[in-house]
Amino acid sequence: MGNPDLAAAQKAEAFVVFDRVQKSYDGETLVVKDLNLSLPKGEFLTMLGPSGSGKTTCLMMLAGFETATHGEILLDGRPINNIPPHKRGIGMVFQNYALFPHMTVAENLSFPLEVRGLGRAAREEKITRALDMVKMGAFANRRPAQLSGGQQQRIALARALVFQPELVLMDEPLGALDKQLREHMQFEITRLAHDLGITTVYVTHDQTEALTMSDRVAVFNDGVIQQLAPPAELYEKPQNSFVAQFIGENNTLEGVVAEMGDGTCVVRLDDGGLIDAVPVNVTRVGERTRVSIRPERVEMNAARLQPGAHTLKAVVREFIYMGDIFRTRLSVAGNDEFIIKTRNAPDALRLEPGAEIDIGWLPQDCRALDA
Amino acid sequence: MAEILTTADGRPLKAALQAAQARAKRRAFWLVAPLLLFVLLTFVAPIGQMLVRSAHNDGFSAHMPRLTAWFAANPGAADDAAWEALALDLQDSAVAKTSGIVGTRVNYELSGTRSLFTSTARKAKDFAPPYREALLKADKDWDDPALWGVMRQVSQAYSGNFFLAAADLARDADGTIVQVPEDRRVYVNLFVKTFVLAGVITLTCLILAYPVAHLLATLPMRWSNLLMILVLLPFWTSLLVRTTSWMVLLQQQGVINNMMVAAGIIGEDGRIAMMYNQTGTIIAMTHILLPFMILPLYSVMKTIPPSYARAARSLGATSWTTFRRIYLPQTLPGIGAGSLLVFILAVGYYITPALVGGASGQLISNLIAFHMQDSLNWSLAAALAAILLALVLVLYWLYDRLIGIDNLKLG
Ligand SMILES: Nc1ncnc2c1ncn2[C@@H]1O[C@H](COP(=O)(O)OP(=O)(O)OP(=O)(O)O)[C@@H](O)[C@H]1O
Ligand SMILES: [Mg+2]
Repeated sequence: MGNPDLAAAQKAEAFVVFDRVQKSYDGETLVVKDLNLSLPKGEFLTMLGPSGSGKTTCLMMLAGFETATHGEILLDGRPINNIPPHKRGIGMVFQNYALFPHMTVAENLSFPLEVRGLGRAAREEKITRALDMVKMGAFANRRPAQLSGGQQQRIALARALVFQPELVLMDEPLGALDKQLREHMQFEITRLAHDLGITTVYVTHDQTEALTMSDRVAVFNDGVIQQLAPPAELYEKPQNSFVAQFIGENNTLEGVVAEMGDGTCVVRLDDGGLIDAVPVNVTRVGERTRVSIRPERVEMNAARLQPGAHTLKAVVREFIYMGDIFRTRLSVAGNDEFIIKTRNAPDALRLEPGAEIDIGWLPQDCRALDA
Repeated sequence: MAEILTTADGRPLKAALQAAQARAKRRAFWLVAPLLLFVLLTFVAPIGQMLVRSAHNDGFSAHMPRLTAWFAANPGAADDAAWEALALDLQDSAVAKTSGIVGTRVNYELSGTRSLFTSTARKAKDFAPPYREALLKADKDWDDPALWGVMRQVSQAYSGNFFLAAADLARDADGTIVQVPEDRRVYVNLFVKTFVLAGVITLTCLILAYPVAHLLATLPMRWSNLLMILVLLPFWTSLLVRTTSWMVLLQQQGVINNMMVAAGIIGEDGRIAMMYNQTGTIIAMTHILLPFMILPLYSVMKTIPPSYARAARSLGATSWTTFRRIYLPQTLPGIGAGSLLVFILAVGYYITPALVGGASGQLISNLIAFHMQDSLNWSLAAALAAILLALVLVLYWLYDRLIGIDNLKLG
C-alpha cells in the first residue's frame, strides 16, 4: 500500500473490505490481528488456515454474529458494523448445514423469501429454480433428516442462494463429505458461483480445496493473513515458511546466507553444503534462513541443471512406488525427510535404498525464506 | 432346496434358535420380575381396588340380606314381608354390631339417617309382629317413602351412585337422576377449578421456565452449572419446608407484606391476602413445580445448536421471527413434556394447597383426602379419584392427538 490514493481507489471499488480489523473474545488475546482484505465483486476468495487461526471468526464478523473489537468492515462501500445480521443480505452456508429440521426442504428454501415478503407464486418459482440449480428438484417435500450429507449440503447451498444474495459465505461446507462427493461439490460450487457472479468467501482447512476452487487464497495463521495470492502464486512463490509448509508438500533445509546477488543468493547449509536460492525474506549476508524446495522440482539429472549450479550429496532411504509417481525419501544435509517426486516415465530412474546421488535444482525453484 | 436346515448336532435350526432365545428371554424376565411384582403390588392393584371401590359398596347388602333379597324380588312398595325382613335384619345387625355400617351407607345418599339405624337397632331385640307397627313405634321416620327409595338403591352393591355424587347428581325416590340442590353442588365446580388452577400454574411455570432453561442451555459451563444447582436446590429441600417458607413470606403479617408496608406501597390496613386463597396456591405450586418445567425444556434446548438461529438471521429473519419460526417450534417437545408433567402433577397436588390454599385454594385432591380421612366415604373418594384419572387420561390422549406422544422429551 505504497500509494494512498491507489489504496483508496481500490477500497472504493472493492465489494467487501476489512480495514485494520481486530477481534478479541476475552480482552486478553487477539484472535484476529490487524486484518486488511478487500474483495472485488464476483471474486471467489478462500480463507485457508489451521484450526483456531480465526477463519470462522472473520466470517462471523462479516455475517454480523460477532462484532469487530477494532477496525471497520465495509460492504459495498458502507460500514456494516452497525447493520444487524438480517439486514446484511449475505447468504451463508454453515459447516453443519443448519437446515431447519422441522421444515421440509421447500419450506427451508421458502423461509428467506417469506421473511422478505414475497408472494406465493414468486416464492414457488424461485424455490423450483434454486432446487433445479443444485439438481435436487425431486426432494422438495423431504425433511433434512431424510437426506444424505451431500444432499443436505446442496440444499444448504440452494437456501443460501435462493434469495439472490450478492455475497455468500461458506464455512467448511464440505468438511463432512467423502472424497468423491467433495470433489464433485467443489466443482458445483465454483460453477454456480461463477455462473451467478456471486462474490464468495469460502473457509476451509483443506489446501487442495483452496487451490482448486479459488480466485485468490488468504492463508491464515495465528490471526494474521500470511499470504494473499492466486493459487499458482501461493504454491510456487510462498512468501514465508509457514505458507511454504502449509501449502502442498515441501522440503526445507536450514542455513545462513553466504552471498547476495541480484535476484539470487547462495545459502550455506548447516552441514557446509552450498545451494542457489531466490532471496524472499532475506536481505543481507549472514542472516539465518530456511530454504524451501518443492519435491517435484528437485533434479537428479545433472545435465538439466544450469552450468555452475550447486549440487548436494544425497543418500536414498526409501523408494515408494505410487503408480503415477515415484516418491523417494532421501537424507540431505542432515534432513532425513527430504522427499522427491518423479513422474513414472519410461526412462525414470528407480533408486535403490542406500544409493548415493547428486541432487540440484533451478535457482528460481528454491526460495530462501524466514528462519 | 426345501431341505430343513439343521445345526451341527442335527437339530432343526429354527428349534435351536428358539431354544437359545427362550433362555435369554427367561433370564430377562427374571431380571425384571422384581420390578414387575413391585409395580403390580403397589400400582396396578391399588388402582384396580380403587376403581372397584368407586362402583362397589356392600355396606348395606352384606349386612341386610333379607331386605336386600326382598328388594331384588319385589319392585313395588313395602309390604308386610318387607317390614319383617327389615326388622329381622336390624335384629341381626344389632347382635353383629353392624348397624353403624348400614346406617353410614344409607346416610351417604340421605343424610341424617345413620342415627335412625343405630337407635332402632338398639331396640330391635324386642321387635315382634306386626313389624311395621313395631318399627314405627321405634321411629316414625321408617314410613318415609324417600328412605325406602334410597334403601332400594343402596341394596345393590354395584352402583354408579358414587360417580353420580361425584358429579353433583343424585337419584330421587323413583330413581331418576337429578342435580343435587344448589348449595350442595361442590365437586363439578371443584374439578373445573382444579383444572383451571393447574392450567394457570402450568402457564406461569412455562413463562418463568422458558428463559431460565434457555439461559441454562446457552450460558458458559461455569455459570450454567451454578444456575443448574439453583434450579435443583428445591428438589433437595423438603416439600414441607418449601411450602412453609412460602407461608412465612406470604402471610398478611409476613415478610412481603411487611416490606411493602415499610416501603409505603400499601397502608397498614391494606395488607394483601396472598395466602389461604388461590393466589397462595398458585404462587407456591408454581415455585414447587418449576423444576419439572425447566428440566425437560433445558434438555431440548441443549440439543439445538446456535447455528439454526444464526442461519435464520443470515437468511433475513428478525430476531422475533427467528424465535417464533425457528427456535420455538424446535422447543415444542420440551414445552409439551414440561406442560404435561406440571399439569398432571398440579391436578393431583395435595400438600401445598392444603397448607397455603385456605378455603378457596383447595383442589380436588384435598376433597378426596377429606373423604378418605374425615368423612370416611371411601367409595366417593374412589369415584372422585377415578374421574380425575379419567380426565388426565383424556388429556394425555388429546396431547397425543395434537402433538404426538413421541414428540415428548422428558430429559
Ligand atoms: N465464542 C468464542 N469465545 C471465545 N473464544 C473463541 C470463540 N470462538 C472462537 N474462539 C477462539 O478464537 C480462535 C479462533 O477461532 P475460530 O473459530 O475463528 O477458528 P477457525 O480458524 O475457524 O478454526 P477451525 O478451522 O477449527 O474452524 C480460537 O482460538 C478459538 O478458541
Ligand atoms: Mg471454523
